[in-house]
Amino acid sequence: MNESAANAATEAGNVASADPKGSTGEALVRFRYKWIPTHIFGELLSKPWIDNIVPATILLLVVAYFGSTVPNFFLHGNVMDGTRQIGELGFVVIGMMFVVVGGGIDLSVGSNFALGNILALALTNVFGLPVPVVFVAVVATCSFIGLINGILVGYFKLRAFLTTLVMLIGLRALVDTILLKYALTISAGYYDDDFWYFIGDGSVLGMPTSLALFLVMAVAMHMVLSRTRLGWHIMAVGGSRRSAHNAGISLNRTVCISYVICGSFVGVSAFFYAARLGNGGSYPGVGLEVLALTAVIVGGISLGGGRGSVVKAVIGTMIVQIISLGVVQAGLLSGAGQLVLGLILLAAIGFNVRWVKNQDKVLSRVYMSPTYFDLPAAPSTAQEADSPYASNDRLGDVEVIGLDQVDGAEDIVFDSSDNLFCGDRRGNIMRFDAPDYDTGRVFAHIGGHPLGMAVDDKDRIVVCVGGMGLYRVDQSANVEKLTDETNRSLFAIIDDSRLRLTDDCDIAPDGRIFFSEATIRFDMSSWPSDALESRASGRIVCYDPKRDITRTVARGLTFPNGITLSFDGQSILFAESWACRISRYWIEGPKAGKIERVVENLPGYPDNINRASDGTYWLALMGMRSPALDLALRVPGFRKRMSQEISNDEWLYPNLNTGCIVRFTEDGQIIESLWDKSGENHPMITSMREHKGRLYIGGIFNNRIGSLKLKSGDPNWTGPASYWGKA
Amino acid sequence: MRSFLHNLNQERIVFLLFLAIFVAFSVILPGFLNANNLVLLLQGISVLGILGVGLCVVVIGRGIDLSMVATMALSVAWALQLNIDGMNLYLALAIGLGGAVLVGLANGALIAYAEIPPLFATLASGACVYGFGRLALIHSDLVYVTPAVGDLTLLGQGRFLSIPMPVIVFAVIAVIVGLVLRYTKFGRFTYAVGDNYATARVSGVPVRHVILGQYVLTSTVAFVAGITQAMAVSSMNTRISDTLLIYEVILVVVLGGVGLSGGRGGVRNVIVGTLLIGTFLNGMTILDVQYTTQNAIKALILLIAIIADTLVNPRDEQTAQHGDI
Repeated sequence: MNESAANAATEAGNVASADPKGSTGEALVRFRYKWIPTHIFGELLSKPWIDNIVPATILLLVVAYFGSTVPNFFLHGNVMDGTRQIGELGFVVIGMMFVVVGGGIDLSVGSNFALGNILALALTNVFGLPVPVVFVAVVATCSFIGLINGILVGYFKLRAFLTTLVMLIGLRALVDTILLKYALTISAGYYDDDFWYFIGDGSVLGMPTSLALFLVMAVAMHMVLSRTRLGWHIMAVGGSRRSAHNAGISLNRTVCISYVICGSFVGVSAFFYAARLGNGGSYPGVGLEVLALTAVIVGGISLGGGRGSVVKAVIGTMIVQIISLGVVQAGLLSGAGQLVLGLILLAAIGFNVRWVKNQDKVLSRVYMSPTYFDLPAAPSTAQEADSPYASNDRLGDVEVIGLDQVDGAEDIVFDSSDNLFCGDRRGNIMRFDAPDYDTGRVFAHIGGHPLGMAVDDKDRIVVCVGGMGLYRVDQSANVEKLTDETNRSLFAIIDDSRLRLTDDCDIAPDGRIFFSEATIRFDMSSWPSDALESRASGRIVCYDPKRDITRTVARGLTFPNGITLSFDGQSILFAESWACRISRYWIEGPKAGKIERVVENLPGYPDNINRASDGTYWLALMGMRSPALDLALRVPGFRKRMSQEISNDEWLYPNLNTGCIVRFTEDGQIIESLWDKSGENHPMITSMREHKGRLYIGGIFNNRIGSLKLKSGDPNWTGPASYWGKA
Repeated sequence: MRSFLHNLNQERIVFLLFLAIFVAFSVILPGFLNANNLVLLLQGISVLGILGVGLCVVVIGRGIDLSMVATMALSVAWALQLNIDGMNLYLALAIGLGGAVLVGLANGALIAYAEIPPLFATLASGACVYGFGRLALIHSDLVYVTPAVGDLTLLGQGRFLSIPMPVIVFAVIAVIVGLVLRYTKFGRFTYAVGDNYATARVSGVPVRHVILGQYVLTSTVAFVAGITQAMAVSSMNTRISDTLLIYEVILVVVLGGVGLSGGRGGVRNVIVGTLLIGTFLNGMTILDVQYTTQNAIKALILLIAIIADTLVNPRDEQTAQHGDI
């Protein structure tokens, strides 16, 4: 026996030894999965801001360490002094962040800073210009240096590292030259201006001026980076130059702008520094590039670009500045500061590299979180069984429409002129003309995978498109998006405002469209993962065309799938696939907003529901239950291990290869079932629609539409007439 | 000659530039073209050249070592400090060298195994080396060479066949590293790793060991450079780690045409770059140009070299690698 077989045997043993129903062990498992929401770990881990956890933790540790070891660390004067410097360094770090996120690096910030500092001092002390003019001049000069960098790196495609290195050396030489000649003049000058003092030593709302402006700019820059076209372009170019280039983004200009932004921020920083210290020496700005780079990296911004945020830059700045100050205040020996900074830089970047590399791996292991679900034993479907589900061969003589013309018609629908429409895996709406339906043509192209459909009172086709949202196609084949987002739940961790997997819809008499979204946790292609979880993560959403608003009306449903309006127009019936049940959601009347069960413990996984001509309902079972999977549903740990250890092709999950059609009454009595025993014409069924005495059948994996003559069907009954009273 | 011009790469551009400046200085500067001055010229750049030769190993391997100057300063200062504190000279030197090798191993491990980008791994390790060394190993920023080192001072101040010893050390190191890069398995693997890491790896090159070796070699050369420097000026100032020296070393390396993207260039390129910088500095000194102005002109020359290289070998958006800075 080889190892995997042995494992399989052990696993099988584990399932077989699942605690018997009603035992204490089972009660514990049930309790654990009901009340301990471990799935939120995966959801938290999938958030982009989760990267901030590590730098934020480092920051807390650093503050805690210095706060507890350095006397007077939190003293007002010390805090003011420290935060003033955080503001100054922060400007440079944000500038550097823009360049690094754009895939570059700017080593010249230190020299540029020195240039801005000396310029500010010269303009104030020597020339006595007004403060605003000085500000504009300094920022303009430093931006100009950034522009030179940007032109060289962006337009001439020089290597950023070398180019800015040259700029670092050259500018430093320039500053030193200026200092050699004018240092005395600059230092001897005197500039008495209240506004200048306010900038250097004043405070706003108890915060140092530089910090106050820094916070304002940080919020603004966060908006720029995360909400504007420029920010997105910079992120895109940093993330993948080639893709950005191929997507039509101008690399030259975007890269150039990132350096200009960096230069201007360096200018602002130098301006504040000059106002605070008035230091005309040659020291200002030496090593600033290393400090800023350290802050950027410790904050968790990846070198190479594409990943970063202002929050990270701010956290990185605080860590670096607090360490620098704390080491000085703690009176540690020379060298200790650099040692600590170096070690933290190593730890931070080491973690960052590992995290970027393995994030997806960790996420895929953690995200999947099966839950406990208990189904009673399935009713028998044996041919000889005394059950309405007993298998037969009534679908054996189904006629076939559009063979090899359709690919995955999940649902079909008829307009009031008897034309047949269906969706298609290739993103098309296909049309088969009445009366013989022998050739289909592409009626409209939407994209995604069109799933459940309905026809409204103006003969327009409303369709749920998997991966896209709710769309409408009129008789002239104009496609219109109705909605692709709903209101976000207050406490949802993952962003559930976007519609990911809308799958069936129906229209209320007042025009409101009710549609189901199968799950908010997975995309359409990952539906087996949702099946394995069997977690109640689907919902019913209502789109009101009159007010053009979309609201979620029911949450916590287990893969809600088929939806149909009851004959009285007071409620909708919906199927929950993995829960194998049909429920009713009241949209009108005294019970509006309530949900009640209609059919429970189906022998298979229900899909679409549609009206039948005699006041009952047709229901498609897209796959049949198996005892092994039913048992596995009670052993979530087993399913979790399965998802981690074997490829998803080999998972135990609902097989959608054979099913049947069931008819049930308004109060949930099963009347009959229709099977294709030979498995040749129409074994796979996701939807069926009765029209003029025939039943038309769709299947999401099929290359055909089935058509069956009903013995008891009303030959004049049509869907549009039933809904909208048209003939 | 035609093919020389036809294949105008950065090394050749810089070499022509060097010749042009050399000829120009010979013509316009009295006292430039005499043996004594040329020896001085070489002596002035030999430590820079040694560092450059050491750095080019990791640069060819698509890495960089920003901690090189810190390693040089602290390992030598430590050895001198141990000697001052009474340890046998050779044992002290061995310990200093051991420290440098350890730094190289740490750098290599961070880059090869922890997969931290070299720029940041060595930026951080440089800070750590300086911080730790200054904190725990030596007592002050400046460590003097005492008479206890004896004849070792000849390494910095002596002459051999009337050529200053630093120049000899530079030549010996250049030859050794050149031979290692060209003729040993390690050397060829270094080019392979620098040219294309993934391909080298699937071809069976022990990429991680090679990277480890590169950084150890670079640190070792840094130690030799440090000893030469210390003996020449009779002290080792650890504050040198904070200066722009490391950037000048990078400048010398890339100026001659060792591509920062790895796999290109060799010791010859470093020598060409060093010669250009040396000639230039020497001429400027004779002309009595201010140090700051010299720096500005130096930056300009490098800029021209990079622009020329980019124009001759333009970057292609479709083949540029992610994270190339």
